[in-house]
Amino acid sequence: MYKGYRGRTKGRLIECGVKVWSDVEVRTGHGSFVGIILPRSETADDYHLVLKLRNGYNIGIDIDTIQSINEVGYREGKYKIPEREFPRDARKGNVTLLGTGGTIASRLDYRTGAVIPAFTPGELYGAVPELADIANLTTIKLYGVFSENMGPEQWKGTAEAIGREVAKGADGIVIGHGTDTMHHTAAILSFMVQNTPVPIVMVGSQRSSDRPSSDAAMNLICSTTTAAKSDIAEVMVCMFGGTSEEYCLLHRGTRVRKMHSSYRSTFRTIGDVPLCMVSPKWGFRPLRDDYKRRRKDRDILIDAKFDDRVAIVYYYPNMKPDMIDSLVDRGYRGIVIAGTGLGHVNKPLYPSIIRAKEEGIAMYMTVQTLWGYVQMFVYDTGRDLMDAGIVPAANMLPEVAYMKLGWALGHTENLDEIRKLMLTPVAGETTEREPHNGYLILQGGIPEVEEFIAHRMH
Amino acid sequence: MDDRWMSDADFARLGFKCGLEIHHQIRTEQKLFCRCPAILRRDAPHARVLRHMRPTMSELGVYDGTALMEFKTRKNVTYQLYRDTVCTYEFDDTPPFPVNQEAVDIGIHVAMMLNCSIVDELHVSRKQYLDGSIPTGFQRTMIIGVGGHIPYRDRQVGIIQLGLEEDACRQVSNRGHDITFKTDRLSIPLVEVVTQPDIRHPREVPEVANAIGRLLRSTGLVRRGDGSVRQDVNVSITGGTRVEIKGVPKLGWMEALTRTEALRQKALLDLREELLRRGVDKDSFKGDITDCSSVFRSTACEFIMKALEAGGKVLGVRLEKFKGILSAPTQPGRNFASELAGRVRVIACIEYDPVNLLHSDEPPRLGLTEEEMRRAIRACKAGPEDAVVLVWGNMQDVTTAAQEVCIRALELTAGIPNETRQPFPDGTTDFERILPGPDRMYPDTDSPPYVITGERLERIRRQLREPPREREERYHRMGIPGPVAFQLAIDQRAVLFDRLVKELDIPPVFAAAALVEKMKALERRYKPVDQLSDEQLYEVFRACRDGRITREGVGAVLAGLSERPGPVDMRIREVEGQKPDRRTLEAMVRGAAQKARTDLPEGRRRFQAAMGTLMHDLRGRVAGAEVADMVKAALGR
Repeated sequence: MYKGYRGRTKGRLIECGVKVWSDVEVRTGHGSFVGIILPRSETADDYHLVLKLRNGYNIGIDIDTIQSINEVGYREGKYKIPEREFPRDARKGNVTLLGTGGTIASRLDYRTGAVIPAFTPGELYGAVPELADIANLTTIKLYGVFSENMGPEQWKGTAEAIGREVAKGADGIVIGHGTDTMHHTAAILSFMVQNTPVPIVMVGSQRSSDRPSSDAAMNLICSTTTAAKSDIAEVMVCMFGGTSEEYCLLHRGTRVRKMHSSYRSTFRTIGDVPLCMVSPKWGFRPLRDDYKRRRKDRDILIDAKFDDRVAIVYYYPNMKPDMIDSLVDRGYRGIVIAGTGLGHVNKPLYPSIIRAKEEGIAMYMTVQTLWGYVQMFVYDTGRDLMDAGIVPAANMLPEVAYMKLGWALGHTENLDEIRKLMLTPVAGETTEREPHNGYLILQGGIPEVEEFIAHRMH
Repeated sequence: MDDRWMSDADFARLGFKCGLEIHHQIRTEQKLFCRCPAILRRDAPHARVLRHMRPTMSELGVYDGTALMEFKTRKNVTYQLYRDTVCTYEFDDTPPFPVNQEAVDIGIHVAMMLNCSIVDELHVSRKQYLDGSIPTGFQRTMIIGVGGHIPYRDRQVGIIQLGLEEDACRQVSNRGHDITFKTDRLSIPLVEVVTQPDIRHPREVPEVANAIGRLLRSTGLVRRGDGSVRQDVNVSITGGTRVEIKGVPKLGWMEALTRTEALRQKALLDLREELLRRGVDKDSFKGDITDCSSVFRSTACEFIMKALEAGGKVLGVRLEKFKGILSAPTQPGRNFASELAGRVRVIACIEYDPVNLLHSDEPPRLGLTEEEMRRAIRACKAGPEDAVVLVWGNMQDVTTAAQEVCIRALELTAGIPNETRQPFPDGTTDFERILPGPDRMYPDTDSPPYVITGERLERIRRQLREPPREREERYHRMGIPGPVAFQLAIDQRAVLFDRLVKELDIPPVFAAAALVEKMKALERRYKPVDQLSDEQLYEVFRACRDGRITREGVGAVLAGLSERPGPVDMRIREVEGQKPDRRTLEAMVRGAAQKARTDLPEGRRRFQAAMGTLMHDLRGRVAGAEVADMVKAALGR
């Protein structure tokens, strides 16, 4: 009844006999305002009343200036998203959309600003009717968490759900996920779900779908198209390829990373080229051929194990040894280091690293440059670190190494077996070579680059 | 259409009501929600981004009218970018930065001038625009004040609200399904003044707009120049609906536009009456669509032929019992068919010059034969009381077009659709888009609310200037001539003027002439007089008060400063240094008097000639009155 209102303001509302959704006339020391009382954000202060005026604008009124509030009506906001029955067509592929909490499609409640997720096939059909032209859609809501709150329980649950759906005959899986940790989940699913006969496509949006300029619709259309029709049977991320709304990119789940806090084209394949371009207009344009193909069988392997006693240590100059010590003391079983350059940390850390080795902790080196390989033979520092028990993890991305080490530790505590698991690629997490076009961060200002983006920005 | 019969009383009887929305860019260094410089570009863009807009659904599970319309148009929207003045905020790849507080101050200032109540807490809202003019699909906007008024003649015009919002992009081109915008103007802060529909006669519209414009300019806080002001005019009559005439570029257009709009609404209401007489209302309305392509296989009509050759279609829309309605005039030179054509152009993106549709209420033209029209009418199974509209184009667009014709025809049975209309210089308007309602407003979840403190209000209140009307009257009382007082009342230099009169005791008429007329003349000659600060000008006038330079010298120093910007004192010294000493001056006067006496027989003309020669050399260096006295003495008068 008093959503979000606390303290003095709530008292005042009770006093005046009005509540949230009351249509009121508020008299203040500096004029009168007519509108509907809206819920207030719980983090906001407790001495302003939020009113939606007749013209649709919201304003806040200082509670101390209010002389009277007179209720003239009541209009409660409705939160129901309209549903339309999703048409089914036997000739189209069956795609299961698993929801983890990110709002891929949603609409906004005009009065409160609350985002209402669209999730059931009917709701999605209402929001993105093009989906019906692509596949028969089934949806399963697994979780309702922001992506930063995804953890081992959700990863395992998602992997198992994929297994069930593929076994039931799904032609492809789409996983709706918040974008912040989408690449973490893509990595762990790449290890937990092996030998998939169908595409497994993760998707989200950088601009919420209540916005007319949202990237959600094209991301959803492209990911559903991929799940239903692509012949790539891998765990992938499908998001805007450039900031222009022209195509999405399919990234291999172990090589993808969110690289910008807000751009639509935030997901990039690191150290390689993406798998494929996909567009609602012209379909698929594969960028490489070395992917696993779609199969008719259902021989999917779900290996959902995870030991969460793993940490990433992002090395910085002057790091103190107690950073390592504290992990050892707290019983961690694995440490992924994101080292400088080719994979280095400073000398004062050595004793702590040696102690960790003696405690039987699995330690792997990755590079915080993200692009490039760990190479620990070039300098003495590297050799010393390897002697101290740190294993170079080639060009595995730090987050991917974290996921893989947790997954490996879920299988065994034997360091040799872990080493074997870690260094045997499962889903392209390490590659044997980096092509010359795997590292392209075009720099603005250079005439050729400016000419390239003058035509259209990517 | 003849509106000579429309007296004031007739407009009152018609229930003419008009309100204004005046958008005025304000003078800030930076944009409203990012830190880009607020400047416009003329050079070629550095990069382009392509986007599409998708409507969000209303609470009732249907698309909002405007949203649906914009979605039907399926536009490819291209944004032109500039690397140094447009950032990732403008093209919606970065969330908003905290609102520009300088702009909020100006908004509060303007709201106070409009006698509005200032809100205690600002809430940023999103106003949906799916036409592509804003890359996010919505404009960030907030209300600063509500419930104000301004004086107009002997009454007041109510102010509904004063909003602060980001400006939209500038449209570069719009052809078929491709629309291009320049992003430089996007997010430049502007204030929006919305009046009550208190204007009762078309004649009053430009006057009220002008009064508001003057009030805004008088603050010295708004931008000047082309495109800094945009005015929307809302018109309705009894039984009609609010129709918005968008972006009226000149005050001079307003009277004719509002007059014509009132009469258009009247004409449409009359047509509805006529339809009701024929038994056509919203339930009995019938409009059906037939593919008539086969009729035109060998047509001489070039447009239709091209459309068919490109694999398109010709659709006939039968509007039952609409005969004669399509050719009924609604505006000078326009009829109801023009209303349909506007929708087809905007919503189906079908544009042909001169027409994008043909109908049975007009004689066949553009190569269409009577026989073809007869066969089309037969194909549509249209009876003698029906009308048939022909539209052509590619499959998808022509279907949209035919449906849109039905929709607009059906709307006639209800009255006047809520529309935004585009103005033309001749006073007529054409359909631009469906007018969105309050449902397109929703909170900006990216921005926090901002509390406006009492201290802030006090600080701004102390800076408020006298309103232009009062100011103008005061200047009149000082003896300043009408046009100069009118201009000075809203001039940027008005505050300086008051200081000059009060602090330096400069004669008001002289100061006003120098600040208004002299500056205007200099601007025409040298352009940038804006760069002269009030403090610099103050110094020039002080030099005059101190006797260092003459009144004419003030003009000379100002010209010097405009021509060659530099330290004020240097320019003063140049003029001051030119003042000849007494003996030189006397010698010059003697020489000129002598020459005049020799050349001319008559006393008065001798005086004029001597003055002319002398002032040519001495203007600005010696006061004219002083020279005149010396010449008179030398001529022995």
